Amino acid sequence: MKYSLLVLSAPDSGSGNLAAARFAKAVIDGGHQLYRVFFLDRGAATGLASTVLPQDEQNVAGLWSALASQHGAELILCIASALKQGVLDETEATRYEQAAATILPGFELGGLGLLVEAMADSDRLLTFGG
Amino acid sequence: MTESLKPGTLLVFRQPPYSNSLSRSGLDTALAAGAFEQPVTLLFLSDGILQLLPQQDSAGLGKRNHGKVLASLPLYDIETLWVDAGALSTCGYAIDDLPEGARLADRVLIRDMLAQHDHILAF
Repeated sequence: MKYSLLVLSAPDSGSGNLAAARFAKAVIDGGHQLYRVFFLDRGAATGLASTVLPQDEQNVAGLWSALASQHGAELILCIASALKQGVLDETEATRYEQAAATILPGFELGGLGLLVEAMADSDRLLTFGG
Repeated sequence: MTESLKPGTLLVFRQPPYSNSLSRSGLDTALAAGAFEQPVTLLFLSDGILQLLPQQDSAGLGKRNHGKVLASLPLYDIETLWVDAGALSTCGYAIDDLPEGARLADRVLIRDMLAQHDHILAF
């Protein structure tokens, strides 16, 4: 089955973001296709590279990065949400004259059209958070 | 009433308009779906109905006016706004207080909508 996820939960608040990462792993481990993960609203902060967590807390961004590097998961941050929260790739950092790119490896910026495409093309689209 | 339902994606709005950015993110998703001609149904539950109140003035909050974004939905072929009838009466409003295109949904219809759509996104 072809799954996509919409992640609205911030990585540092509640458990929705972690639940989404674990679900994504379970989709892949279960032999299903993870078509796309779309991070919208506060969820887009998941791809912020400069986050520093207390040592005894789960690094959920690391779980997502591993899904991208080991399984090729497509992790898209809504570009409008990401920019508002300081998540910039090289192109956007240059465009807005910011000091540096702040996006984690494995994540990409993209428009809401990619969420709409996931709606149309996936068997299941699950919302986490909201 | 159920025969007027369309298949496709149901977008559920449960948050008031200005206390966080989720309501706006949901509306942006609706506009994007409309722009790509994907069928979506909009359902406003609980405090989400407050997004629909006319004469919103967000200038003092420094935020974009939510009502103006809502008013642009017909340009994207989204004409109908389904409204939780129970929440509306709990908040002390009537259907006449809401924009054109608002339609009341009772518990049975809400249940049917949740059951009938392929995908549900909740904001």
